[in-house]
Amino acid sequence: MSTGAEQPQQLVDHLFRHEAGKMIAVLTRVFGITNLELVEDTVQETFLKALQVWRYGQLPDNPSAWLMRVARNRTIDLIRRQQKLANLSDELSQRLQASTENAVDQFFLDTEIADSQLRMIFACCHPALNPEDQVALTLKTVSGFGVQEIARALLSTESAIQKRIYRAREFIKSETILFEIPVGRELSVRLEVVYTVLYLLFNEGYNSLKADELIRHDLCAEAMRLCKLLTEHRLGAEPSAFALLSLMCFQASRFASRIGEDNTIILLQKQDRNKWDHELIRLGYRYLNLSSTGDRLSVYHIESAIAAEHCLAPDFGSTNWSALLQLYDYLLERKPSPVVRLNRSIVVAQLEGVHAAIDLILDIPGIKVLLEQHYIYPAVLGDLYGRAGNCNESRRLLQRAFHLTSSLAEKKLLQEKLQALS
Amino acid sequence: MKDFLFIFRGPAYEDLNLTPEESQAAMQKWYEWIGELSAKDRYVGGEPLHKAGKMVHGSKPVVTDGPFAEGKELLGGYFIIKAESLEEAAQLALGYPDFKINGSVEVREIMKIPMPA
Repeated sequence: MSTGAEQPQQLVDHLFRHEAGKMIAVLTRVFGITNLELVEDTVQETFLKALQVWRYGQLPDNPSAWLMRVARNRTIDLIRRQQKLANLSDELSQRLQASTENAVDQFFLDTEIADSQLRMIFACCHPALNPEDQVALTLKTVSGFGVQEIARALLSTESAIQKRIYRAREFIKSETILFEIPVGRELSVRLEVVYTVLYLLFNEGYNSLKADELIRHDLCAEAMRLCKLLTEHRLGAEPSAFALLSLMCFQASRFASRIGEDNTIILLQKQDRNKWDHELIRLGYRYLNLSSTGDRLSVYHIESAIAAEHCLAPDFGSTNWSALLQLYDYLLERKPSPVVRLNRSIVVAQLEGVHAAIDLILDIPGIKVLLEQHYIYPAVLGDLYGRAGNCNESRRLLQRAFHLTSSLAEKKLLQEKLQALS
Repeated sequence: MKDFLFIFRGPAYEDLNLTPEESQAAMQKWYEWIGELSAKDRYVGGEPLHKAGKMVHGSKPVVTDGPFAEGKELLGGYFIIKAESLEEAAQLALGYPDFKINGSVEVREIMKIPMPA
């Protein structure tokens, strides 16, 4: 019988999620990636055991090690059961058992755990999977999220997420994807996909104003945790990975100050910069420094430098717009996308005035369609027309944006701008 | 102070299909409850019970698996706590974290049989 603790015992936040990811990765090394269901069942059993025992006041000194030990024992049990079916002599059975334990224990070494987690990230980010499936599978398999939590985070339904995960798993099974870290050229190709998935994950959390605050925060934190994991592995510690991590730190530093009470958007120029998380900004610079090796400038380097530029300015007025324009020019060379052009034009508006910015936006290839389909284009252009004194055009565009967005927070902001016009 | 037994009945956690995050949250509530009871010096101890069991019954006793006809009513474990009275013990049982998942607590005083003088 246990004695009660003096103080309520506290587990590290998200310990179970993180341990789930670790255990799934390690057990996949043992049972193979085609047996993901067996692996997940084993992990589930491990948690049930913890739940059963720990609930009665017997929290172990090292919960993480306890979980790993239970998973390891269960694994050896399962293998032993398989070996029993093989009709072997007692002598051979015993020898096999000893070497099995030895081999399994190797997988549970810390360095091997990190290695397995990286393999799992690479498997979930297989280039043949579509990005939606990559994100869902990563959250389920690497991050230990439940289907319902993923649905909440990605603003989808449980059945849709269920389908994505099923589809991805079937693909992994049928193609027998190797559970390995690719080498050479294939490694750098795969790393690019991993960056994209992590960045997507982060942005889902950072930008979606419809999901609830808690799950958005979890999503950003998870993307950062995985990116950090990547930078801590000798094969993942690429300059681009550090750049991406620093970008996430800079963005996340503004997480709390972007949204006011009653879920309203606070624009950059109106944010209380004292509320920015300065520890995260410091980390952002640290990782940006670590990213400045090698001879390749990735888009993450540039985007991080842009984010850093904003963090550097003590107030909106002292933003170094010409440095930003230079950075946007670099970015545009590597990523000539409409949204980069749009953001660049906002910088141009500060430097050369709104008319120059309006011309640039109207020159974006395919702008007619974009203005009809994505709220951000009419929202930005409408705002610029308003500043230029063209109230009619401004009103038309802002109303268009209002209808295009389904986010209440964005609708509210647009409503305020519309009212300011009249 | 008297000793009381809390007997917990409810669904087996394995049937609830909890995510890691939900498992952790469920566990955290139990710690907090035990923490509260301990802080008031009311918690003596507790243990979970294995799900598997046997029933031995009948006038010509037979041994059967069970008694798990009703999975929801599974006896999951017990606490021994201290309290001044049955009323106080029942008050303390209100902290049980699993009411929401249809769990229940039976509160019983442990009888102390005095030695005859």
